[in-house]
Amino acid sequence: MSIDFARAWEIFVENIPLFTYGIQMTLLFAVVGTICGFLIGLVIGGIRAIEINEYDSPVSQLLKRFGKLITGFYIWVFRGTPMMVQAMFLYYLLKPALSWTPLVAGLFIISINTGAYMAEIIRAGIQSVDAGQSEAAKSLGMTTGQTLISVIFPQAIKNTFPSIGNQLIVNIKDSSMLNVISVTELYFQTTSVAGSNMKYIECFLVAAVIYLFLTTISTFILNYIEKRMNTVNQSKDFCS
Amino acid sequence: METIIQVQHLKKSFKNLEVLHDVHFDIKKGEVVTIIGSSGSGKSTLLRCLNLLERLDDGQILYHGQDILDRHFDVNAYRSKVGMVFQGFNLFNNLTVLENCMIGQIKVLKRNKEEAKQMALKYLEKVGMSAFVNKSSVQLSGGQKQRVAIARALCMSPEVLLFDEPTSALDPEMVGDVLTIMQKKKKEGLTMIVVTHEMAFARDVSSRVVFMDQGVIVEEGTPEQIFEHPQEERTRTFLKRYLQNNESIQ
Ligand SMILES: Nc1ncnc2c1ncn2[C@@H]1O[C@H](COP(=O)(O)OP(=O)(O)OP(=O)(O)O)[C@@H](O)[C@H]1O
Ligand SMILES: [Mg+2]
Repeated sequence: MSIDFARAWEIFVENIPLFTYGIQMTLLFAVVGTICGFLIGLVIGGIRAIEINEYDSPVSQLLKRFGKLITGFYIWVFRGTPMMVQAMFLYYLLKPALSWTPLVAGLFIISINTGAYMAEIIRAGIQSVDAGQSEAAKSLGMTTGQTLISVIFPQAIKNTFPSIGNQLIVNIKDSSMLNVISVTELYFQTTSVAGSNMKYIECFLVAAVIYLFLTTISTFILNYIEKRMNTVNQSKDFCS
Repeated sequence: METIIQVQHLKKSFKNLEVLHDVHFDIKKGEVVTIIGSSGSGKSTLLRCLNLLERLDDGQILYHGQDILDRHFDVNAYRSKVGMVFQGFNLFNNLTVLENCMIGQIKVLKRNKEEAKQMALKYLEKVGMSAFVNKSSVQLSGGQKQRVAIARALCMSPEVLLFDEPTSALDPEMVGDVLTIMQKKKKEGLTMIVVTHEMAFARDVSSRVVFMDQGVIVEEGTPEQIFEHPQEERTRTFLKRYLQNNESIQ
């Protein structure tokens, strides 16, 4: 067992265009997947957090139950199966109908997969907001929608930001699974390079270092945003 | 005087526990009604029903003669006219003091930002919170929070304000500040319903005192009638126990 570090560096330098392209794609999947997944999570998590009251009309009780059933099913399936399997299944299932490219399919799959995790994070976030907050909004005459958007979501997101941000880190790594549908992200590119020079150890050392670099930078950025969120109100003081 | 709110045959249960039994209750323009009674007698529940934070099981609430439970009744417009101040303040944690006072005006009353801001500054000044407009609401003390909560409610130009024990979560030295503000609003003619354990406030400020026990209104009348000449045995017992407790503390 030996690692030729010098060779690894050479491989990186020789294949910079390929690796750079892979990095761009990986970041594209991670960022789009996290943002779209977050938006999906807001909607699904919002539905998950709805309370069914005994005095709701039978129709609205039925609608709420139905919404919870469907969203519960979605979360159950997408959290309970590997993304690799989801990718293969959905890509080939929908290919005849949508004739989509691996890129589009990959973006769709990582978003919908992340959405399932985000939904649970956001549901917990919503439930962590004190009931008095929405009562106060109601007592001013605000609608449910206004209350969610102006009062509940901002607090739910702030309370769960570390978990939300963690999904970005997860997606930087897990986007590699999309190689099964030939998405040319970092892992796929590394496989191509290794396949041509047969230096698997060195090639994947390069990939590992790049992944570590990407996740480290992202962690720093997320920590910075989190800190800012917590101090933004204090800093307003100094401005006024 | 014009009647603003009429409560008729109000009943409310939680699961199998009937908390309000057949409550009748009126409030007229300019009145300050205080509701007193022992813990668990249903005071908060009555107030929350008036704001439709709880569903009634039976009975009616009329607002200027209109049934507020009617399907075509605009509940949000009603709530903007009948504001609520909570025991736990419930300021929006994600907003500054100023934003707390602006959000309802902008979202519900559709005032523009500048107008809403001027109104908010005016009422924050009245409650002595001008120096804190840009503070985050989580940075305030209890008394400060409650003053902002009152300003937030006043900014909606309400017709009636409901207070649920506005001072009972406050340190004793803060209580006076809040009560003074309420007293001022009374002078300005604001109609208020106040659930309170502050008997001095009930006696000195209210135009009418309502004594509740076990989900019914046992007796109501002027402060003098209730405090000097209570007719009902339960009222006398409550007041006597209340006085004894106070003396034993002092
Ligand atoms: N959400 C609820 N679910 C079940 N029971 C409730 C609920 N809210 C209130 N109750 C019950 O209803 C009764 C009346 O409560 P309420 O809060 O109206 O009393 P209160 O007069 O305001 O008392 P306090 O002076 O302690 O605030 C109590 O027995 C209480 O336990
Ligand atoms: Mg109470």
